[in-house]
Parts: sequence; structure tokens; C-alpha cells
Amino acid sequence: MNELIVIFVSMAFVNNVVFARYLGLCPYFGVSKKTGPALGMGMAVIFVMLIAAAATWLINHYILIPFNVQFMQIVIFILVISSLVQITELFIKRTSATLYNALGIFLALITTNCAVLFVTLWNALHDYTFIESIVSALGSGIGFAFALILMSGIRERLEIADCPRSMRGLPIAFIAAMMLSLALIGLGGMI
Amino acid sequence: MGKFRKQFVSGIIAANPVFMLGLGLCPVLAVSVAIDYGIGMSGAVMFVLMASNMVISFIRKFVPSISRIPIFIVIIATFVTITTLVFEAWMPALHEALGLFLPLIVVNCIILGRAEAFASKNPVASTIADTLGATVGFALALVTICFFRELFGTGSLSLFGVHLFTLPVLGEDPILLFILPPGAFLVIGLLLALLRWRGVAQSE
Repeated sequence: MNELIVIFVSMAFVNNVVFARYLGLCPYFGVSKKTGPALGMGMAVIFVMLIAAAATWLINHYILIPFNVQFMQIVIFILVISSLVQITELFIKRTSATLYNALGIFLALITTNCAVLFVTLWNALHDYTFIESIVSALGSGIGFAFALILMSGIRERLEIADCPRSMRGLPIAFIAAMMLSLALIGLGGMI
Repeated sequence: MGKFRKQFVSGIIAANPVFMLGLGLCPVLAVSVAIDYGIGMSGAVMFVLMASNMVISFIRKFVPSISRIPIFIVIIATFVTITTLVFEAWMPALHEALGLFLPLIVVNCIILGRAEAFASKNPVASTIADTLGATVGFALALVTICFFRELFGTGSLSLFGVHLFTLPVLGEDPILLFILPPGAFLVIGLLLALLRWRGVAQSE
């Protein structure tokens, strides 16, 4: 149990995917302009990370390792992720219209979110058990959503802030990300 | 020839993938701690982008448009696997330093972006010009960020393991912040603001 808590806290906060590992930055800066879409994107990423981690763990342990073809991990994992994203999109479209409207376009974007591929490769690299893989995916997803929602709140305020013309938009968002990342470094001694 | 030159130059300045389009930010920020890593990463991206775009441009007439994205991804992933194995065998130190960011080239948006926007619609020759422009633009942005982070973060500069020089004051007390994760966000934010202030890039 202790082990699982350590993995969760480490993935979610101490080694936060965005602030400490610089992953998923394209959607991070792309979707963090408003809080609403940020929340939708965050939820979609948590969801896809969980199922991707479960599916790739099964494939890795029952197909790739027995046949000794781990060098195929990159090709197989990216295919699994992109097809899972498509299947999830179809499934949600059929079952829940509200959820589909909320997540909709963000689901399609997730294939190119490198944080998802990172989590699956990280789990395989560290020989996590099934439960550990799920916890590490949950931690990363929550860490990403946490960073995204925090940033969207800040950027909504920055919209009306009076900053130099050339700093407006992306540059000031990078500086804000720097401050957040600096704050999270303080957690570094925890683990 | 003039057409090829225009495609090449546009990738470096007007359509610089990192500074102008904000693409491929993850590897840029993650590996920009030292110039050596920046050059290694640029080399890997250059090879993958060039090889996969040439193949994609070559087979563009046989690929049904409905299933093109999965096909592109498989082609890109194949070349990324080759690159990762080559780095692991011949450059173990660099492979160790770049870590999981080598396999993550697969999801680098520059590569899929160029494949989708250019290589899948144009003949091989102009694809090569376009790819060269995009990769040189990427490498320039990456090495510039590496330069500032290594210079201020360690107070000295080295290239391919050869020590070049040490700054007088910073050499003893380097600004550690630049090497830590926040430094990457700071440097790219300031560089972007500088480019916009000088009028090279468009302000919002």
C-alpha cells in the first residue's frame, strides 16, 4: 500500500508530467485559455491514460515479453493508444451524449499528447505490476489535469492584466508556468 | 531551384516550428540542459523527419486518405525505433541522457504536422527542401535555448565534451535555476517575447 501511495504522489506532484518532465506541452498551452475546456481536457486525459495503461500492460506482459519482442514497444503502444482513443470516442458518442459534448474534440487530440505514451513506456521500463501501472497512470493523469486547470485560472486573469505588448499571450504563459514549476520544486524533498 | 529555397527558408524563420508555431515544445524544453544534448536530439529528429517524410511522399498516391494517419504513425514509429536502437548501441551516454524523449519523438507534433501538411501532398524533391527547413529551424531554436541554459546554469560552455570557456563570476556561482525545470520555461518565454518585441514574430 505504501509503495502505491509513493508512486501516486511522485507521479502527480513531485514529478508532475508538465512541470517537472515537460510532457504534453502542446495541449497544455493550447487548451489552457479557459477553465471550461481545460476541465474537459483534464478529465479526458485521466480517462485515456487509465485505459491505455491497462491495455498496454496486458499486451506487454502476455504478447511482447513471452515472444521477446520488446523492441516493438514504441510501434505497438502508439497504435494501441490511437485505436483506444478512437474506440473510446465512438463508445462515449453512443452511450452518453452529455459526456461526448463535454469531452468531444479533446478526445481526438489526445493521441498526440506525449504524456500518455510516456506513462505506458515508463510503466514498461520500471516493470510495474498491473496495480502499480494503474496507480501511476492515475497519478500522471491527475497531475496533468491539476496543472492544466491551475494554469487556465491564471491565464483567465492574465487576459485582463496590463502587461507589455510583446509579452501578451504565450510568453507570459511560459513565465507563469515557470512560477508554478518553481513552486512544485519545493516538494522535491518529499520522496 | 528558387521554389526549393523558399520552402527551406520559410521553415527556418517565418514558419519556425518552435518559436512561431509552438510545436514540438516537449523535447525542446526537456533536453535543453546542455548543447550536446540539443545537437543529439536535433540529429535524431532530423533523421526521423527526413526518412519518414521521404517514404510518405513516395507512397502518397497509394495511401487511402481515410486511413492515412495510422499509416503515417506506423512509418514514423518504425524510424523512431531504428533511431532509438542506434543511439543505444553507439551513443549509450547520450541515450541515457535523452531517456524516454527519444521514443517520444513519435508523438512530436512537428513530424506528424509536416507529414500531414506537406509530405502527403507533394513530390519527394520539394518534400526534402521543406523537411530540411523545418528541421534546421527546430535545431536552431533548440540549440539557442540550450546555449542560454548551459551558459547561465553552469557558468561555462562545452561542445562535444570539449570545455570551451568559463564565465568569471557565474563559473563559481552559477544560476542553478536555469538548469532546473523552471529555467526552461523562463528562457523560452523571454526568447519569444524578445522575438515579438523585435518584430520578428507577430504579437497577439
